[in-house]
Amino acid sequence: MHSILAVDDSASMRQMVAFTLKGAGYNVIEAADGAEALEKAKGARVDLVLTDQNMPRMDGISLVRNLRGLPHYNGTPILILTTESSDEMKAKGKAAGATGWLVKPFDPNRLLDVIKKVIR
Amino acid sequence: MGEITNQGLQQADFDLSQFYAVFFEEAGENLQTMESMLLAIDVEAASDDELNAIFRVAHSIKGGAATFGFADVTVLTHELETLLDRVRKHELTLTRGMVDVLLEAGDALRAQLARYQGSTADSPDTTELVVRIKRLAAGEAIAPAGDGRRQLLVRVGPLKDGAIADGLADLFRDIPALGVLQPIDGGALSADGFREFQVQTASPDSELIELFSFHVSKEQVSIGPMSPRTAPAVVPPSSDGAAPVEGDGFGFFVDPAGLPASQPSAGEADVSPGQPAGEVPAELPVGEPAAAPAERRTDERRKADRRSGDRDKGEKTAGAGLESSTLRVSVEKVDQLINLVGELVITQAMLTQQAKQFDPVQYQNLMSGISDLERNTRHLQESVMSIRMIPMSFVFNRFPRMIRDLAAKLGKDLELKMVGEATELDKGLIEKIIDPLTHLVRNSADHGIESPARRLAAGKSATGTITLAASHQGGSILIEVRDDGAGLNRDKIMGKARDRGLAVREDMTDHEVWALIWEPGFSTADEISDVSGRGVGMDVVRRNISALGGSVDLDSAEGSGTRVSIRLPLTLAIMDGMSIGVGDETYILPLASVVESFQVQPGMIQSVGSSGRVVKVRNEYLPVVALDEVFSVPRPDRERGSSILVIVEAEGRRIAAVVDELLGQHQVVVKNLESNYRRVPYVSGATILGDGRVALIIDVTGLTKRARQ
Repeated sequence: MHSILAVDDSASMRQMVAFTLKGAGYNVIEAADGAEALEKAKGARVDLVLTDQNMPRMDGISLVRNLRGLPHYNGTPILILTTESSDEMKAKGKAAGATGWLVKPFDPNRLLDVIKKVIR
Repeated sequence: MGEITNQGLQQADFDLSQFYAVFFEEAGENLQTMESMLLAIDVEAASDDELNAIFRVAHSIKGGAATFGFADVTVLTHELETLLDRVRKHELTLTRGMVDVLLEAGDALRAQLARYQGSTADSPDTTELVVRIKRLAAGEAIAPAGDGRRQLLVRVGPLKDGAIADGLADLFRDIPALGVLQPIDGGALSADGFREFQVQTASPDSELIELFSFHVSKEQVSIGPMSPRTAPAVVPPSSDGAAPVEGDGFGFFVDPAGLPASQPSAGEADVSPGQPAGEVPAELPVGEPAAAPAERRTDERRKADRRSGDRDKGEKTAGAGLESSTLRVSVEKVDQLINLVGELVITQAMLTQQAKQFDPVQYQNLMSGISDLERNTRHLQESVMSIRMIPMSFVFNRFPRMIRDLAAKLGKDLELKMVGEATELDKGLIEKIIDPLTHLVRNSADHGIESPARRLAAGKSATGTITLAASHQGGSILIEVRDDGAGLNRDKIMGKARDRGLAVREDMTDHEVWALIWEPGFSTADEISDVSGRGVGMDVVRRNISALGGSVDLDSAEGSGTRVSIRLPLTLAIMDGMSIGVGDETYILPLASVVESFQVQPGMIQSVGSSGRVVKVRNEYLPVVALDEVFSVPRPDRERGSSILVIVEAEGRRIAAVVDELLGQHQVVVKNLESNYRRVPYVSGATILGDGRVALIIDVTGLTKRARQ
């Protein structure tokens, strides 16, 4: 079973993402912000990281940067869930080492579609 | 996107409505956070942490609203987000006007959310609000209505030398009435030789062009409205953000086909980190993003670490980790628990009473067991009751906003001080005290605090202070609303009371005069204002507080202010009662209402009229109420009237109740009689006594009213 680390400071979004992913047969680890996600990522192996951008303590981009600094997260796909799809955001995400982005809001099926493209 | 064909079937499985409740709760908390932050923020020196936190609120609500399909909430939060984003990036400076609009938007969002939760039918029209937020976000100061200033974008060019256009700025400096002109191009010529200015002016275009022609030719000037698109925005050119693979609302920086297929499945997920696993993706070739220059990467990471570290400090105190240390439980569950503990207390009291018949020496173990039970039951009861306790800040927190709005509405300088917000009170009481407190605070702001001019004339500071204070006093809680305003005017109140036909004597004490304002329909306001209404409130305030088993008192000194003190029991579920015997029945009087009890000498009770009786206590005549008559209790073996009187007080009125016996004081668990049986006149509830019998709790307020009729 693939494990996905889902990071969002909004409990309702987190629940929705986790529910969708669990329903599709993924194992889900939840974190409420970048800092918590980084801690959890250190103690576990995940196949994909889905992170919100705007969060207290540590934002999504910083999380990506930090994760890329961990030895076993070099090749793990990381998707940033964001409300802004500006070129500026994309440039930042790319520079930080994110694999891709997904614009919020999304419906659960599209989330699964995108995930299927990166986890096989 | 050819792969989605098989996904259509799954669509029906996702019922997003199951997440609504969490979203509403979360959004409500977020809005509350935003409001308190906005109220506390120092407009001139707002910190990045504050601005980011406020931005996150709008951002977070927008994300949820968009996902769960609350379109109007999404629209409004989107505009807020745009505005706040520019503010937190310091592209715009926070202004008082923005805070006002943000607060208003918070109210509108609450109303919108309330509608989705079904508590209100209408959602407010936010069209105009959205326009105002948009204008603020576009960098326009919302000019006070009527000054006719327009926001214009002036483009000048093509020019050979950009400095020529600086002459326009000189014009505006020399002629202040013209308005404001600011360069939005940083003083440099654009590639095609143009310079851009933002202009705020009430003058017509022709006049501007006329003036501009001192420096540049008329043909070189173009004037247009300032639209959000043309507003100055920092848009870094970033062509390298383009991704190789893009879909509808998502994209990858690398072609996902080139991603290493991740292997770990089933078994490996459980492998402990220390155990070497052969095929973990860590060993796989690094993807394109990771190939960025290592030097830059570490540099950026260091920066990021520092940033997140700073934020860490700021937010930890604000309640990081709160989520894991608290638990959300429905009120129903807690109430059920309280009920059960109530039953347990009664059973324990019964056992204790029964055990008294036994010889304590012979049944030593039983006795010590019973005393343990008593102690544990008491602790259990206290712990369970504390679950329902909510800090007064729950009520107090709504007042800073109210005071702010009132100050603007009334044209007064108001300051709110809050003391003892951490004092806890039963949830049921907290909810019911909101209205009376709101009324009192409004009264203080409207009638109590004087206008700044009058305050200064009276030698006071222009800013009036309203203080809300809560504290524990014995088994009750004391809530005070104080103001340093004009105080009550004795003559004015007495005059008004006379007009109303109330009994007024010249030798009344101040305290008696103040008590007049609690009478129904009494008002001292010279003019009826829409802030505190027609003054019908004070008697309602007192009635509401009495209904909670509390009392209210008012104290005032002319010229220096007024203080209203509300005393409430800590909880409605347990009450200190005095048990009294009437015939063979036992009744409970709320201890808080008992003033004193004494034995009367024959002849002290005098008959008045046909059926009324009074007793003179310390120069005051009190109506005498025989409880056996009120409750139709037969007293066959007591031919003569009882000589024990208990003086009770409610809403400032005293009566003397005739009882046969004083049985003692104890805590009683209050049971609602209405929901278990039906409403009984002069009875507020019931309790079960130690011997298993039911005793009725007397409604003292009702009884005093009956006696006065």
